[in-house]
Amino acid sequence: MKNGARQIYLDNNATTPVDPRVFETMRPYFSEIAGNPSSIHSAGQQARRAIEEARARTAALLGCRVEEIYFTSGGTESNNITIKGTALAQDKRKKIIASAIEHHAVLEPCIYLRRFGFELVKIPVDQHGTVDLDSLGRALDDNALLVSVMHANNEVGTIQPIQEISKLAHQHGALFHTDAVQTAGKIPVDVQAMGIDMLSLSGHKFYGPKGAGALFARRGIRFDPLVHGGHHERNKRAGTENVPGIAGLGKACEIAASDMAEEELRIRGLRDRLWQGIQGAITEIRLNGHPDQRLSGTLNFSVRYVEGESMLLKLDQEQICASSGSACTSGSLEPSHVLLAMGLPHDLAHGSLRFSLGRFNTEADIDRVIEVLPSIVDQLRAISPLYKK
Amino acid sequence: MQYSEKVMDHFMNPRNVGEIEKADGVGTCGNPVCGDLMTFYIKVEPRNHDPHLARIAEIRFKTFGCGAAIAVASMASEMAQGKTLSEVIAMSRDDVACQLDGLPPAKMHCSNMGVQAIQEAIKDYLTKTGRHDIASTIKGCPRAVH
Repeated sequence: MKNGARQIYLDNNATTPVDPRVFETMRPYFSEIAGNPSSIHSAGQQARRAIEEARARTAALLGCRVEEIYFTSGGTESNNITIKGTALAQDKRKKIIASAIEHHAVLEPCIYLRRFGFELVKIPVDQHGTVDLDSLGRALDDNALLVSVMHANNEVGTIQPIQEISKLAHQHGALFHTDAVQTAGKIPVDVQAMGIDMLSLSGHKFYGPKGAGALFARRGIRFDPLVHGGHHERNKRAGTENVPGIAGLGKACEIAASDMAEEELRIRGLRDRLWQGIQGAITEIRLNGHPDQRLSGTLNFSVRYVEGESMLLKLDQEQICASSGSACTSGSLEPSHVLLAMGLPHDLAHGSLRFSLGRFNTEADIDRVIEVLPSIVDQLRAISPLYKK
Repeated sequence: MQYSEKVMDHFMNPRNVGEIEKADGVGTCGNPVCGDLMTFYIKVEPRNHDPHLARIAEIRFKTFGCGAAIAVASMASEMAQGKTLSEVIAMSRDDVACQLDGLPPAKMHCSNMGVQAIQEAIKDYLTKTGRHDIASTIKGCPRAVH
C-alpha cells in the first residue's frame, strides 16, 4: 500500500463527488433556512423558493416546463414511479418493453409487476450494446404500455438512438421513458426533440448530492404515486422535501447546462489518452461498448486471462478506484447482465474493467493508471492458468 | 468487499505460485465461466510404499480468479506443504477459511476450493500410481475439470 498517495477516483459512473459550488448552495438549507416548504411563514417560504428555483434549473436542463419536474430521492425512485405508476394508473395495456441492458432499477420493478398481470419483454442489443430496433418493432403492439430504454448505459456507456426508439413507441400508442441517469448533465438531453414522455435523473451522478433526483413526466401523462400521505410534488410524491438536496440538484443542473460542451470535450480527451496508453501497454484487451456512440467519460474493456476483482483490488492498493462487471463485484454468481447481453463470453465478462472519468480528473490521474495497470495485469497473468506466454 | 489482512497478504504476495514440469499429480477446480479456476501441481515423496505416509514434497499453483480465490490457493498450498497425503485428504475448505481469518460469505462457496483442487492432485497421483482403491475414496472437486 502506498500510504499518503493521492486517491485517483475513476468511478464517476457509480457516483461523483459534490461540486464545491453545489455544496455552497446547499449549505444554508440545513440550519439557517430550515423551514418546511409547506409552511406559510417566511422560513418555510424561503425553503419553498429554493425548491422552485431548483425546479426551474432542472427544467431548463431538459427543455421542459417547470411543472413537469417532480423531485424524488434519485434515479431508482424515478424509475420505480415511472414503471409502477404508469402501469397501475390504467387497466388496458399489459406489456412493458425494456432493453436487456437496463439498470436493475428498471428491470426489477417490471419483474415485480408480473404478479399483477403485466408482462416484461426484453429487447436484445448488438455487440456494441445498441438496442435492436427490429426486435423493438416486433415487440410493439397495442398491448404495449411503456417502452423504457436508457439514454446511455452505465457500464459500457453506449448511447441509444432515443429519437428512433421513442418514435416507434409512439407509433403504437406506448409511452416512452428513458433512464437518463448517466447522461443528464453530461450530454444534451432535450425531451421535446427526443420525444421523451418520462425521464429519470439523479443528482449524484453529475456532482450533485446523493438522495436527490428528479422525474420528468410530460404534462397530461397519468401515473400513480408510490408514496401516499401528502400533497407534495403535486400529489405525486408525499413527504417533506429534501430541501438542501433539491437545492444542490438544481445547482448541479445549472453548472452542467453552462459547462457541458467544454467539459465533455476535456473528459473525452482524457478518456482517449487513457485508452491509447492502455492499448499501447497491454496485449489481448477488448473495448466493451460502442466505438463512438459512447459517453465521453466511460472506458470499459476486458483483459483476457485475468479476473476483474483481482485487478480492482490491486488498483485500490495503488489508490486507484475503478469498477468491474465480474461476478465477484456484482454480489451474485453471474457477471454483468449488460456484458452478457452484448454477447461477451463469461470469462471476458469476468475480466472486465471500467474506468469512468469526471469533472475532477486530471492528466496526471490518467498517466498514473497507464503507469500502474500494465504491471498489475502482468502479475495476475503470471499466476493465471489460462495465460500461456 | 471486506477482506481480512491475511487474505490481502496472501492475495498481494501469493506463496508457491507456478507449475511443476514433471508433477506427480495435477488437480484443477472451477472453470472460467464461473470466474474462478485453480490448478495445483504436486511432487510426492513416497514413504514405505504406504501412500498414507507419503508427503507433499513440493506444491505449486496457478489461479484465475478474484482476490479470495488467489488467497485461498496460496494459503491452501502453505497448509499442504510437507504434510502427509492422509493429512491433506482430511483437510477441509473451512480449515483454509479459518486460517485466513474468515472469508466474506459470498466467497465461501465460489472461491474456496483450494483444498479440493489439491485433493484432486493427490487423486491424480494415486490413480497414476495404481492406488485406485484410495483415489476413489477422495471426494475432491465437485465438478472437476480434467
